[in-house]
Amino acid sequence: MEKLEIKNVKLHYYTSKGIIRALDGLSFDLRAGESLGVVGESGCGKTTLGTALLNMPTPPGRIVGGEILINGLDLLKLSENELRKQIRWEKMAMVFQGAMNCLTPVYTIQKQMMETILSHRKMSKEEAEARIRKYLNLVGLSADVLGRYPHELSGGMKQRIVIATALFLEPQVVICDEPTTALDVVVQAQIINLLKQLKQKLKLSFIFITHDLATEAEVADRIMVMYAGKAVEIGTNQQIYGPQGAAHPYTKLLMAATPRLHQKVDQLAFIPGTPPDLLTPPTGCRFHLRCPQVMPRCRQEEPSLIESEPAHTVACWRCYHE
Amino acid sequence: MSEIIFEVKNLRKWFPVKRSLGQLLRGQRTWVRAVDDVSFQVKKGEVFGLIGESGCGKTTTGKLIMKLMEPTGGQMLFRGNEVTYLPTAALSEYKREVQMIFQDPYASMNPRFRIHEVLAEPLVIHRIGGSEQERMKLAAAALTKVKLTPPGDYLDRFAHMLSGGQRQRVATARTLILSPSLVVADEPVSMVDLSTRAELLQMMKDIQQELGLTYLYITHDLSTARYFSDRIAVMYLGRIVEMGSADEIIDHPLHPYTKALIAAVPEPVPGKVNVIKEIPIKGEIPSAAQIPPGCRFHPRCLYAVDDCRHLPEPELTPAKPRYLVACRRYKELQKDLG
Repeated sequence: MEKLEIKNVKLHYYTSKGIIRALDGLSFDLRAGESLGVVGESGCGKTTLGTALLNMPTPPGRIVGGEILINGLDLLKLSENELRKQIRWEKMAMVFQGAMNCLTPVYTIQKQMMETILSHRKMSKEEAEARIRKYLNLVGLSADVLGRYPHELSGGMKQRIVIATALFLEPQVVICDEPTTALDVVVQAQIINLLKQLKQKLKLSFIFITHDLATEAEVADRIMVMYAGKAVEIGTNQQIYGPQGAAHPYTKLLMAATPRLHQKVDQLAFIPGTPPDLLTPPTGCRFHLRCPQVMPRCRQEEPSLIESEPAHTVACWRCYHE
Repeated sequence: MSEIIFEVKNLRKWFPVKRSLGQLLRGQRTWVRAVDDVSFQVKKGEVFGLIGESGCGKTTTGKLIMKLMEPTGGQMLFRGNEVTYLPTAALSEYKREVQMIFQDPYASMNPRFRIHEVLAEPLVIHRIGGSEQERMKLAAAALTKVKLTPPGDYLDRFAHMLSGGQRQRVATARTLILSPSLVVADEPVSMVDLSTRAELLQMMKDIQQELGLTYLYITHDLSTARYFSDRIAVMYLGRIVEMGSADEIIDHPLHPYTKALIAAVPEPVPGKVNVIKEIPIKGEIPSAAQIPPGCRFHPRCLYAVDDCRHLPEPELTPAKPRYLVACRRYKELQKDLG
């Protein structure tokens, strides 16, 4: 893959109460071999973004605009059949939130993995099994898990199986939606290490969706911070976590609210209020109601992403003045 | 300050495992040893953190203290009085004094109750506040304490009309309404957004200072445990392996398990993307039905020697002032690893 480009994507949920603009004009790109972290509070559109990228919005959601280009091919113009044959799991795979619950309790691991592979590839059972074994080995599991049922495995093992299943059709992009949230801290660190190794070995591109800035620091080359369906800041790992720090007030507050283990603080910061209701998003900058540095202009006009330094874009009126 | 409000001595909760016919005939029994000889003391006015991974027995310990289940063995003392087995009459008084905040604010409230009913229920059960108006007043006061103001805005709502953070405030208000002296908080913030987590913990701390509460804070999250707790006990497979002040545990841990836990926590600092992190632990957590002999951590420990496998399990022993550790090699390891 050369590049994944997302241009002005809009995904709206048509509910009985009105239209929820969960993604409201989102644009970014992902280069080959790069990992992009997507962070934000719950309800900011992170998970919706994951479903949009595979063009499988959850009803009543619909993608109402924009382009998702993979090597120049627009996913949103493909039929269901073409998507299934050419894109999903072939070029882009997804590891879902609470992935451990994605496994069917009544089938053995072998049967579930076999099903995925045989529905995409014409190969004999022996070949398929050889490939499954190869990928199990890659995620650090022995082949004895194949005969077992999901309930016989630990959370970490199940997560590894879901990752192996996402990988064995050799996709170029893997979308991980909260891949480690339900796991214990030691297992979480092991899975993160595994994903890092896979990225290096297989030259994969990753999109990591999580609410936790600390986890993102471990895995993401670049970070995109989302708020109320829009990107408010995109920067490299160094730009966001480095000494100079993030530029957008929302990112700064999120960072301050992230507890650090080795720093004794008397008072943790928090962000007062809650994210806006996307049925009726506020006018102007969507963050202005909670922003500590709000200016009159923020209430009326919405800032768009501008480049504050190379590779670093921010949507904040304060950055326009500098 | 040093008055001990709650004490647990050799507390045990073993769950029987269903036996096969063969095992039944041979008279074999197996147990899941969820809590296996746990002892600690909680001082009045402190926050005592109980941390560990899932399956380590921390929630079971909380439930035993709440008397939601009966222990298999051991003793619990509340203000020096035996509370391990209580007659029904005394139980009600105990349950007024010891309250719990549950993990899931979505599941811990009746969806058909309005907030004032949620808050009045414990009052009705404990026959406090004679009339409905009286109870309404108490409910409003409790909401003010948890900073859901003005309380009038919330009293008539249903739980589904509140955000996760607001629900957890209501859950806190419900425990406070009985003016308890000990609150068991089982992962109170793990299901709320990061941005509101700190706000909730801050509120809980403010209330603690105002009312002189004691918290037992059960969590898997070391970062909030450090921030919120005065003392921490680390549990592994049903046992406490290390116990001391929160800062000492996090900054200078002695037990290899605690060290591994701390090494695994991600931190928001740059430059770690292409670095594979060293986590000084191996294997996976064994089942509590098959606890390894010797030190129960030895199959996962990088520093285990033959003694750890064969000699009886190490007891918690003082290593520093007011600091206990259950590892027979901690002194050598301290020297070797610097």
